[in-house]
Amino acid sequence: MTFKDEPPSVELSHLDHLWFQISGTLCNLTCHHCFISCSPHNDNFDYLTLENVKSKLEESVALGVKEYYFTGGEPFLHRDMVPILVETLRYGPATVLTNGTVFKREWLATLSEAESKSLYSLEFRVSIDGFSSETNDPVRGEGTFERALKGIVQLVEYGFLPIITAVRTWPDDQEQEVVAAFVDRLKQSGYSRPRLKILPTLHLGAETNRSHGYHPTERVTAEMLLDYDQTQLVCEHSRIVTDRGVHVCPILIESPDSLLGQSLQEATVPYKLRHGACYTCYQYGSICSNPSSAK
Amino acid sequence: MIHSPATTRIACLGGIYNNYLALEVAIQDARNRGVDAIYCLGDMGAFGPHPDRVFPLLSDYDVICLQGNYDHSIGNELNDCQCGYTDPRDNYFAQISYDYTLQNTSGKARQFLRDLPPEIRVDLGPLRLLLCHGSPRRMNEFLWASTSPNHFLEHLAAQRDADVVAVTHSGIKWHRPLADNRHFVNVGVLGRPENDGNQHVWYTLLETSPVDPLRVQFVPVEYDYLRLVREMKNEDLPEEFIETVQTGWWTTCLEILPAKERKQGRW
Repeated sequence: MTFKDEPPSVELSHLDHLWFQISGTLCNLTCHHCFISCSPHNDNFDYLTLENVKSKLEESVALGVKEYYFTGGEPFLHRDMVPILVETLRYGPATVLTNGTVFKREWLATLSEAESKSLYSLEFRVSIDGFSSETNDPVRGEGTFERALKGIVQLVEYGFLPIITAVRTWPDDQEQEVVAAFVDRLKQSGYSRPRLKILPTLHLGAETNRSHGYHPTERVTAEMLLDYDQTQLVCEHSRIVTDRGVHVCPILIESPDSLLGQSLQEATVPYKLRHGACYTCYQYGSICSNPSSAK
Repeated sequence: MIHSPATTRIACLGGIYNNYLALEVAIQDARNRGVDAIYCLGDMGAFGPHPDRVFPLLSDYDVICLQGNYDHSIGNELNDCQCGYTDPRDNYFAQISYDYTLQNTSGKARQFLRDLPPEIRVDLGPLRLLLCHGSPRRMNEFLWASTSPNHFLEHLAAQRDADVVAVTHSGIKWHRPLADNRHFVNVGVLGRPENDGNQHVWYTLLETSPVDPLRVQFVPVEYDYLRLVREMKNEDLPEEFIETVQTGWWTTCLEILPAKERKQGRW
């Protein structure tokens, strides 16, 4: 097999994780490693409406979807984010990926009550990088470390146990030290039992300027999939809804070939692993799911 | 497939995790309740002391067993337990437990584990039961109450043509009645307490009758946990494991818990 050969195709075994690009590419921050270059001015993808979400939730029942994830952009810029999460908790577990900087107390009170009445978990994944302003702010913007920390403390006050998600922007050999310091800092701030998820960097979007893009040889080949557990690949069990339709995975929405259809059913077709990001997914596995949904 | 229309009441035991003391109490309790059969849904080893003390009990009392991920690993002498953890600390403790269990499981027991079936079908009166370890589709899938929507569970049960699906693996029991008179049950585990501050562990009775098509009863098992603690200390098992047996709060395998289940614990 050469790198010019046809890329291997992956079947969707079952739609376990249904994602929503709820706030499009609009974000109040402009992180240097953002894989879809979200910012206050990027309206490449638009908001989904509450009605869009309701329709897809209803469609998801027949497909036996297991979990619902919300990402952006910053989901809490969406004025209907709270009702959307409340509605979702009627169907199943919901996870929202947020930068933690724009919460309002009344939103958290409503969501806390909704979760306590639901059978299902509401997970907050708060993105933060490094254990101090010195390491976080150069990546995510001036003052964002303290603002995110404030958001984490607010979540804890309302009874949530947020999963702090950090993209690995430090050398591998410093991991243990970095994580320990990070946990200490979170505990000092009032989060007594912090939950962490460390992610690899994806060399897409703004990150290609910060570090580099994918080398042409960084692709998944058919040979690499021999004896490989394909459940590790996000496209094997996930799809994402944007304002354009249903795409293969949350990482690739900007690639035209990622749009698979308008309905969830149409989007259950196989997908060819032709992108550099597929290589990162192959290497690290299940990078987008919660730890409790590990494959 | 076991086809016995006379079967109306069975006991389902989840992960034993070497806790032969709780296993013996559970078996006696189930027999006293007049069950037609006792099933074990896998993971004989892990966590506790003296793995080989579990097998004579399973054999002497005709417990019908299926294979969990731990049993598959020990039976095939793999390098790890295939528990499915993602957090480094969880994996660190899982490996200690696995290395100890592999080292202390006899060749005969390994062969027994290797040959176990991954699932068992049972007829409970008119109900078609599917017993498996993690989920009907994957041996080490964690099915938590708070991350398993009804329509997802209905899909799993319908796909396998089962009226009742019973699983274990996650360590916390639950029961969900579903559409079309289907049911999903996580039978809990005998191996360690349920992260609720109590020392007892649990097994599950499934019963059918003309007036109540399926009665699910979770049975608490009080056993000599102080003896288990002494034996774990004598075997130099981690203090973290011993603390869980003593206090009823999980100290390891925490990162795999979803938000709701995590909040119910202390750590």
